[in-house]
Amino acid sequence: MSDPNRGRAAEIATYGIGYGAALALTALAFGLVSWAPFAASTTVRIVLGLGLVQIVVQFRCFLHITLRKSARHDLQLILFSALIIGLMVSGTLVVLLNLHHRMM
Amino acid sequence: MSAGDAMHPGLNLGQTDAETHARAGHDLFGFWIFLMSDAVLFALLFATYGVMLRGTAGGPGPADVYKLLTAFVETVVLLTSSFTFGMASISLKHARGIAPITAWLGVTLALGLAFLAMEYNDLATMVGDGAVPARSGFLSSFHALISLHGLHVLAGCLWIVVMLVQLCVFGRDGRVKINMLRLGLFWHFLDIVWVAIFSVVFLQGLAR
Amino acid sequence: MTGAALLGRLGWQSLAFVRAWQDPSLNTLIAAGAAALVVIGAVAVVALITLRGQWRRLWREWFTSLDHKKIGIMYVALSFVMLARALAEAVLMRLQQATAINAPGVVDAEHFAQLFSTHGTIMIFFMAMPFLTGLINYVLPLQIGARDVSFPLLNAISLWLTAAAAGLMMASLVVGRFSTGGWSGYPPFTETGFSPGVGPDYWIWAVTLGSIGSTLTGLNFATTIYKKRCTGMTVMRMPLFVWTSLCTSILMIFSMPALTVATALLALDRYLGFHFFTNALGGNMMNYANLFWLFGHPEVYVLILPAFGIYSEVVSTFSTKELYGYASLAIATIAIAVLSFTVWVHHFFTMGQSANINAVFGIATMAIGVPTGVKIYNWIWTMFRGEVRFTVPLLYALAFMMTFVLGGLTGIILAFPPLDYLVHNTLFLVAHFHNMLIPGLLYGLLAGYHYWFPKAFGFRLDERWGRVSFACWVVGFYLAFMPLYVLGAAGMARRSSEVLEPAFRPWLLVAGAGALVLAAALAALFVQLWVSVRHRRANVVPAGDPWDGRALEWSVSAPPPEYNFAVLPHVAGRDPFHDAKRKGTAYAEPVRYAPIEMPRNSAVGPILGALGGWAAFALVWQIWWLAAATVIGMIATVIARSFVRDVERTIPAETVARIERDWHETLARSAPTTRDFETTAINRGLAQVLA
Repeated sequence: MSDPNRGRAAEIATYGIGYGAALALTALAFGLVSWAPFAASTTVRIVLGLGLVQIVVQFRCFLHITLRKSARHDLQLILFSALIIGLMVSGTLVVLLNLHHRMM
Repeated sequence: MSAGDAMHPGLNLGQTDAETHARAGHDLFGFWIFLMSDAVLFALLFATYGVMLRGTAGGPGPADVYKLLTAFVETVVLLTSSFTFGMASISLKHARGIAPITAWLGVTLALGLAFLAMEYNDLATMVGDGAVPARSGFLSSFHALISLHGLHVLAGCLWIVVMLVQLCVFGRDGRVKINMLRLGLFWHFLDIVWVAIFSVVFLQGLAR
Repeated sequence: MTGAALLGRLGWQSLAFVRAWQDPSLNTLIAAGAAALVVIGAVAVVALITLRGQWRRLWREWFTSLDHKKIGIMYVALSFVMLARALAEAVLMRLQQATAINAPGVVDAEHFAQLFSTHGTIMIFFMAMPFLTGLINYVLPLQIGARDVSFPLLNAISLWLTAAAAGLMMASLVVGRFSTGGWSGYPPFTETGFSPGVGPDYWIWAVTLGSIGSTLTGLNFATTIYKKRCTGMTVMRMPLFVWTSLCTSILMIFSMPALTVATALLALDRYLGFHFFTNALGGNMMNYANLFWLFGHPEVYVLILPAFGIYSEVVSTFSTKELYGYASLAIATIAIAVLSFTVWVHHFFTMGQSANINAVFGIATMAIGVPTGVKIYNWIWTMFRGEVRFTVPLLYALAFMMTFVLGGLTGIILAFPPLDYLVHNTLFLVAHFHNMLIPGLLYGLLAGYHYWFPKAFGFRLDERWGRVSFACWVVGFYLAFMPLYVLGAAGMARRSSEVLEPAFRPWLLVAGAGALVLAAALAALFVQLWVSVRHRRANVVPAGDPWDGRALEWSVSAPPPEYNFAVLPHVAGRDPFHDAKRKGTAYAEPVRYAPIEMPRNSAVGPILGALGGWAAFALVWQIWWLAAATVIGMIATVIARSFVRDVERTIPAETVARIERDWHETLARSAPTTRDFETTAINRGLAQVLA
C-alpha cells in the first residue's frame, strides 16, 4: 500500500469489476424477461435474486463495504437497516395482502 | 488505526490525505446514517407499490405502460454514471490538479441529465396516454416511487454542479474532498435504489 | 382572480376574530379568545424584547448560537409554551364532556374535534419531542465528555424547523381551522372529499416539518454517540441516559421516514388527486394506518426511552448507589428498541386481518413488557439499601414506578386481540396511553428538568413549589384518568363531544376536576420557576455538583463554560466523576491550557426555519408563488452555506485559563455540603465526599 499508484490501479480495477459485473447482471435480468425462457413466476424470482446480487456487488465494489474489522460499523448499520426494512416491508405486505384477501 | 484502513463507506482517501481522512470518518458516518433513513423511505414506497399493484381500478396495468427497452437503456446510463463517478473519486484521491476530477464529474452530470430526460420522456408519454397518477391507486404509487427517485437524481445533478463550482473556487481543500465523498455515497446509493426499481417495478411488471 | 393568485385560499373569513364577529356564540368566542391569546402573547413578547433593547443580544447569543447547551434550553422553552397550550385544551375538553351530558356544552362538535386533534399533535410532536430533544441536547455531550454534538449547524437547523412547525400550529389558531381528524389524521376522513378545508393541510405540514427536524436530530445524536465519546468511554461505560439517547436516536432515524411517507402520500392525495388512501379508484386507506403506526409505535419508545434514562440517573444519584444491573438495563433498552418495530399492528387489531396475524402481534406486544419489567426491578434494586434522598426528581421516579406498572397492566389487557375488540376506541384506551405517557414521559422529563436545571443555570429550583407541583401532577393524573378506565370499560367512545348517558356524569365530573388539578400543577411549575429566579442568589451552586453526581456532566462548573471541558476527560469506569471524587483526582487543574476551536455562530438555522415555516404556510393556503420562492430560498441558503469557509473560531488559551481559574477559586471558597443539606442554601455545589 506504500506506492500510491499501485493503490490507484487496484481501485480502478475494483470499480471496473463492479461495473462489468453489474452490467452483466442487468443484461441477464432484462434478457430473461425479454426472451421469457421460464414461467413468469420463476422469472420474477430469478430477477429479484439477480437484483439482490447486484446490490451486494455495488455495495462491495462502489461503496467498498467489506468484512474487514475497520468497516464493521458501516456493515452493522447496513445489516440493521436491512432488518428494519425487511420487517417493515414484509409486515406491510403480509398484513395488507391478508386484508385484501379477506375482503375479496 | 493506520491511514490505509477504511473508515467509512465509499472510497477512502487513506494515505493520500491523512488529515482529511481522519475527519471524513466522523463526517461521513452521519451522512451514511441519513442514507439509511432515506432507504427506509424508499422501502416503504416499495411496500406501498406492492400493496397497490392490484389497485388498477380498471385502468392500465403494469404490462400496458412499462417499456422494457427504455428501462434497459436508463439502467445502463445510470449504472455507467455510477462508474464514472467512481473515476472522479479516484481522481480526487490521486490526481494533482482538478482537471481530471471536473472532466469525470462533467461526464457523470451529462449521464445523470440524460437519465432524467429519458425518464421525463417516459412519464410524459404515460401521461399523454392517460396513465396519469390520478387514474388509479396503482398508477399513483408508480408515479410517486419513480418521481421520488427522479427528484433524488435531480438533487444529485444540482449537487454535482455545486461541486464543480466549489472545485474551481477552492481547489481540492479538505471540505471539498469530504463534500465529494458524501456526494459519491449519495450517487452510488441512487444507483442501488434503481436496481431495486428496475427489478421490482419494471421487470416484475413485464415478466410474462 | 389576482386575489386568489396572491393569497391563495386566504380570506377575511379565515380569521377567527371575523368569524366570532359575524356569529358571536360561546363557541366562536372561545376560538377568538384563544386566537387573541396567541396574538397578544406574541405582541407582548416582541414589545418586551424591543423595550428592553434585547433583540441584538438574543440574536447573537441565542438564535444564531450553535452551542448544544443553548439549543437544548431553547428546545425546552419551546416545549413549555406548547405544553401550556395543549394542557389548556385538555382542560377545555374535560369541561366539555363534564357539561355536555344531553346538553350542548361549551364548544360545538367541530371545535371539539379540533381540540383533540391539536392536543394530541402538540403533546407528541411539539411538547414531548422538543422537551426530550432539549434535554438530550444539553446533557449528552457533557456526559460523554465532548465539546459539542457532531453537527452543530444541523442541530440548530433541527431546532428551527421544529420551532417553525410549532409556529404553524399556533398560526392555525388565528388563521383558518385546524384538522378535525385526530393526531393520527386517518384518511379517508382527512381526504379532500370529507375535509376540504385547510385543517388537514395544517396538520400535514406541521408534522412533516417536525419529523424532518427529528430525523436530522436522530442522526446527529447517533453520530455524536458513536464518534465523539471521550477516551476510555467504551460502550459499556456510557451513562444509561446515553444508552437510551442512542436507542431513541436510532428509533427516530428508522421510524420517522414512515411518518414522512404517510403524510407525504396524504398530501399527494389532497393536492394532486392521487389515490393512495381514497375509497375509490384503487386507493387503500388501510395502508395509511399501517404506515402511520410503523412510525407510531417506535415513536412511543422514542418518547419513553429518554425518560427511562433519566430515571436511571436520578435513582442512582439520589439513592447514593451505583446503578443496579447496568448491563441488563442496557440490554433491555436495546431489546425494547428492536421489539418496538414488531408490534405496530396492535394499534389496529380491529381492522380485519386474520386472527393469526393479530395473535402474532399480540404476543410480540406482551413480550415487550418483559424488558420493561427488568428495568423496573433494576431501579427498585438500586434503591434497595441505598441512602435514598426524597428530592423532587426522586419523587417523580417513585410516582412513575407505581403508576407506570398500572398502565402496563392495562396494556397487557389491550394486547389481547379479543379484549381489544371490546375496549377499542373507548376511553379505556385513552386512559391507558395517558397512563403510559404521563408517568413514562412527562414525569421523567420533569425529573430531568429538576435534576439538570442547576447545571444549566447555576441555581437550584425551589424545592417546596416543586413538591406542590409534583403532588398536583400525581393527584391530578389519578383523578383525571382513573375514571376514564371505568367509562371506557362501560363503553363510552373516545372523542365524544356530547354524552348521552347520564350515568357517566359522576365519573366525568371527577375527571374534569382532575384536569383542573393538572392545570394547577402546570401553574405551580411556572410559579416555581418564577420563585426560583427571584431567589436565585440563595440557591446558587456555582461549583457545579449539587447532588453529589456520578457522571461527567457534574465535573464542570454550573453553568458550564461554552467549551464544556477545558481538557477533554479520560475515563476508566462507569461513574467516572464519582470515582474521581473518592480518589481525590476530581477538580485537578491541568498544567497548561490549550486554545479551543468552537463553531462560529450561524444565521442559517433561523433562516431555514423561517423559510420552512413560510413554505408550509404557503402550501396550506395554496399561495403558490410564496411556496416556490421560499423553497428556492431554502435550497439557495444551503448552497450558499456550503461556500462559507470561516466556520470555526478559536477561544485563546488565556481566556480558557481565566475562566477555569475563576471556577477553581470558587471551588476553593465553597464549603463542601453533606447530603443532609443539599436542598438548603448551604449547598453551593461542592459535595462533601465520604470515603
